[in-house]
Amino acid sequence: MSFEMPQFSLALPEMWLLAATCGVLLVDLFSRDPQRTLTFYLTQFSLLVTAAIALGSHWGIAEITFSGHYVADSLSGVLKAAVALLAALALAYTRPYLRPRGLLQGEFYLLALFATQGMLVIASGGSLLSLYMGLELLSLSLYALVAYHRDSRQAAEAAMKYFVLGALASGILLYGMSMVYGATASLELARIAEVAAQTDDPLLLLFGMTFMLVGVAFKLGAAPFHAWVPDVYQGAPTPVTLFLSTAPKVAAVALFLRLLVDGLGPLHDQLQPMLLLLAVVSLLLGNLAAIVQTNFKRLLAYSAIAHAGFIMVGFSAGTDAGHAAALFYTIAYGIMAAAAFGLLTVLSRSGFEAEEIADLRGLNERHPVYAGVLLLVMVSMTGIPGTIGFYAKYLVLKSAVEAGLIPLAILAVVAAVIGAFYYLRVLKVAYFDRPAEGEQSAELPRPGASAAVRGVLLVNGAAVLVLGIFPERLIALCQAALGL
Amino acid sequence: MIELSDFLILGALLFSLGVAGIFLNRKNVILLLMCIELILLAVNINFIGFSAYLEDLAGQIFVFFILTVAAAEAAIGLAIVVVLFRSRGDINVAALDAMRG
Repeated sequence: MSFEMPQFSLALPEMWLLAATCGVLLVDLFSRDPQRTLTFYLTQFSLLVTAAIALGSHWGIAEITFSGHYVADSLSGVLKAAVALLAALALAYTRPYLRPRGLLQGEFYLLALFATQGMLVIASGGSLLSLYMGLELLSLSLYALVAYHRDSRQAAEAAMKYFVLGALASGILLYGMSMVYGATASLELARIAEVAAQTDDPLLLLFGMTFMLVGVAFKLGAAPFHAWVPDVYQGAPTPVTLFLSTAPKVAAVALFLRLLVDGLGPLHDQLQPMLLLLAVVSLLLGNLAAIVQTNFKRLLAYSAIAHAGFIMVGFSAGTDAGHAAALFYTIAYGIMAAAAFGLLTVLSRSGFEAEEIADLRGLNERHPVYAGVLLLVMVSMTGIPGTIGFYAKYLVLKSAVEAGLIPLAILAVVAAVIGAFYYLRVLKVAYFDRPAEGEQSAELPRPGASAAVRGVLLVNGAAVLVLGIFPERLIALCQAALGL
Repeated sequence: MIELSDFLILGALLFSLGVAGIFLNRKNVILLLMCIELILLAVNINFIGFSAYLEDLAGQIFVFFILTVAAAEAAIGLAIVVVLFRSRGDINVAALDAMRG
C-alpha cells in the first residue's frame, strides 16, 4: 500500500479555522482586557472567513482526499458556511450576558471555535472515522460549554445529564458503526454505499443502521431520544443554549446526510419506517409537551423537538428535494432560534434572568421593538406566510407529499396548528398582559445589552422577515448543495 | 481458535451491561462514567473482532482513536462531576431533579 499525499488545499476551511483558533488562544492568553474585545472580534473574523472560504472554494465537483476520509463537495461547502455563520451569529449575542456574571473569559469563545471545528469535520466526513472524530470534538466542547457557569446548580445538573446521555448516544452510534464496518469491510462511506447497493443479505447492515440512526436522532434531539433537550436548554446559560440550538443542529443534519444518505442511502426503504416513527413521535410529543410549559427556554426546547420532527419529515421523503428541504428547515430554525434566545440574553441583566414566560409580560409597553422581534420569531416558528418559517415548512411538506407520504404531511400540519397555540400564547403575554404590581418598577431599567448587540438582534429579526419574503437564494443554495 | 461470533457475543454482552448500568444505576455518577467506558470498550472488541476476521487493519486503527476519545471523554466527565460536587455537595444520581416538566 503506497502513501498518497493528501490534497491539503481541499481542507482549507478546517485548516484556516484551526490556525485561527490557535491564534485566538495565544492572543487571549496575553490579553488583560476585561471586555475581551480583541478575542471576541478575532473569533468573529475567523468564523466569517471560514464561511467565505467554504462558499468560495470548490463548488460542483465532489473530490475525496485524505485516503477517503475527507469529502469536499457542494454539500460540504454549504454546510460549512451555514455552520460558521450561525456560530458567528450565536456568539455575537454573548458578551453583554457573560460580562456581568463574571463568565466573560476567552475559554468560552475557544470552546465554541473548537465545537465549530468539529462541525466542519462532520460536514466533510467521508468515512466513519472522520465523522466520529468530528462528532466527538463537537460534543466534548458542548459538554464543557453547558457546564461553563460553574456556580450554577442548574447548569451543573444540565451538563451532567447532557454528558451522560450524549456519551451514551455516541456509544450507540459507534456500536452501529462497528456493525456497518463488519458488514462492508470498509470505513469509507463511498465503499459502504457500494456494498449496501449490492448486498442480498443486509441483516448486519440494517442492525448497524438502526443503531446509527438512534445515535443521530439523539444528537438532533428527536423524540423518543429527546430526554436531554428540555433540561439542557433550561439549565445551560442562555448564550450556551443559543449556541446549542443553532449550528449543532446543522451539524446533526450533516451527520445524517453523510452517514445515512451518502453511506447507507441504498437502504432507504428499510430506514423509512423508523424515520416516520421518529417524525410522528417528535411532532406530537414536542408540540403537546410545549403547551404546559411556563419556562420560556423549556418551551423553546420542546418546540425544538417539534422542529426536529419536521426535519425528520424531510428525511423520510428520502429524495434529494426532501434532504434539501430538511437542510433549509434547519438553517431557518437556526436563524429563528438565535433571535428567540438572543432576545432572552438581551432582556436579562445582572441578577435577573429573563427566562419565564411571565417575564415577558407587558414587553410591548416597555420595549416595542423587542416585542416586534418576538412577534416575528413566534409567527415564523408557527409557519405563517411572510416569514422564513413558512417556506421551511412548505418545502418539507411538499417533498413529503411528492414522496407519497400524505398522511404524514397531514399529521405535520395538525402538529403545526397545535404549535400555533403556544407560540401565540407567548405573544398574548407579551402584548396584552400587564406586569404584576411592584414588578413594574423592578422591570423598568433598560436591559444591560450594548447598542451593538441590540443591533444584532434587530438584524436577526429582520432576517426572519426578509428571508421569508425573498427566500429564493437560500433555497437555491440548499438545493444546489444536494445537486438539484 | 476464537471465532468471530465469540467476539461479537462478548461485545454485545458488555454493551448491554453498559447500557443497562446507565439506566438502572440510581446511586453514583461515577458508576455512570464506568458504564460509558464499558460501552466504548465493547465497541472496541467488536472492531477488533471484525478487523481480525476481515483481515483489514482499518478497524484496529479506529480502536486507537476510540481509546483516545474515551480518555478525553472521561476527563470531561470527571470535570463535570467535580463541578457538580462543588455546587451541590453530593453526586447522587437520584438528586439530579431540579428541572422537571
